[in-house]
Amino acid sequence: MLTPEEFAIIVLSLKVSGVAIAAVLPLAFALAWLLARGRFPGKLLLDALVHLPLVVPPVVTGWLLLLAFGKSGPVGQVLEQWFGVTLIFRWTGAALAAAVMALPLMVRAIRLSLENVDPRLEGVARTLGAGPWRTFASVTLPLALPGVIAALVLGLARSIGEFGATITFVSNIPGETRTLPLAIYTALQVPGGEVAVTRLALISVALSLGALAISEWLSRRSGGNGDGHVL
Amino acid sequence: MSFEVDVELRRGERRLGGCFSAQDGLVALFGPSGAGKTSLLDMIAGLVRPDRGRIVIAGTVLFDSEAGVDLPPERRACGYVFQDGRLFPHRRVRENLLFGWKLAPPERRWLDLDVAVGFLGIGHLLERMPRTLSGGEAQRVAIGRALLSGPRFLLMDEPLSSLDRGRREEILRVIERIRAELDVPILYVSHDRSEVDRLADRVVEIA
Repeated sequence: MLTPEEFAIIVLSLKVSGVAIAAVLPLAFALAWLLARGRFPGKLLLDALVHLPLVVPPVVTGWLLLLAFGKSGPVGQVLEQWFGVTLIFRWTGAALAAAVMALPLMVRAIRLSLENVDPRLEGVARTLGAGPWRTFASVTLPLALPGVIAALVLGLARSIGEFGATITFVSNIPGETRTLPLAIYTALQVPGGEVAVTRLALISVALSLGALAISEWLSRRSGGNGDGHVL
Repeated sequence: MSFEVDVELRRGERRLGGCFSAQDGLVALFGPSGAGKTSLLDMIAGLVRPDRGRIVIAGTVLFDSEAGVDLPPERRACGYVFQDGRLFPHRRVRENLLFGWKLAPPERRWLDLDVAVGFLGIGHLLERMPRTLSGGEAQRVAIGRALLSGPRFLLMDEPLSSLDRGRREEILRVIERIRAELDVPILYVSHDRSEVDRLADRVVEIA
């Protein structure tokens, strides 16, 4: 079965991805909402910014994170001095990198489903006595739920596989930032590491399939009907 | 007066809106397609904001641009029945029916679920999802949903137009019974002369 090292790597990977996705989901939803429904100057720019991590090489994203969140970066300094928080070379930094890389995919998925919610149904809810928040909670959100689930699955898959931005930003520290892909990469560098690589690769495939199965189950439960496919 | 409406909205070159006042009963807004009848209802429901004007219905000022009054839709207590039913697709018929009922303050609930369901003949549909309903069934549920929200007045936007002939007759009878048995003012939009002649106590032409 799993060696203690492998087990630790899995736990770390899940922790990094889980925290990243849970933290970034509200932001992704808010951005998706703005892009789907908002009308404001600079919308195109915001759209481009959100999509940036999807189109630039991950190494560049990692480097930009390093510039911003490093010891002497503008955000990094504030975090360190005011809150005593350091991200660089920490698992929290790995989570930040994973979140940034997952954000565009999540925003896209949620935005698509929000755009498919008929605003006239929200109008109906209003005439029936629901205020804006209740309308959002009882009509908009449930109807957009398949997109939110899709965003969670895509985001988790993307963040568990995150490599380039992570290794650039927080390096490859065993037990702290060495997630599954980084562990596979490390094992590849070692002569005779094929067995370790194969085992880790199989583990990551199993993780991905597990996530897919859970999402399928979730979408069936939330949709209550057969046409609730997420991806 | 039950209805006092005088509103205007500019959309590019077009001017939408209308000006009329009417007593209780069923008031038909009659005019050709594209005359802005639906926009007028949306303004009365609070879904679209007029540029200027005044809306007073059943003694309540809903909108008055000069006095700065603009009640949000959820506080206007209108039962709006749409052309296409517009049921919540993710909720069963029962939950659709009770959506507005649960939100209405108890003293405004003048109709109970059992009564409405019997009145509309939809008891066998309660556990169904909206996508499994026929057009006529969906429209009866939509009417029930509007009535159960405890409305002070009803807005009906061509509720028959998406139905075939047989279903039309069925819904027409329902509307006639609402007019006869329930004491609620109705504003009814249509482009069909025969419908209007049959239902309306008063006809307002919208050009």
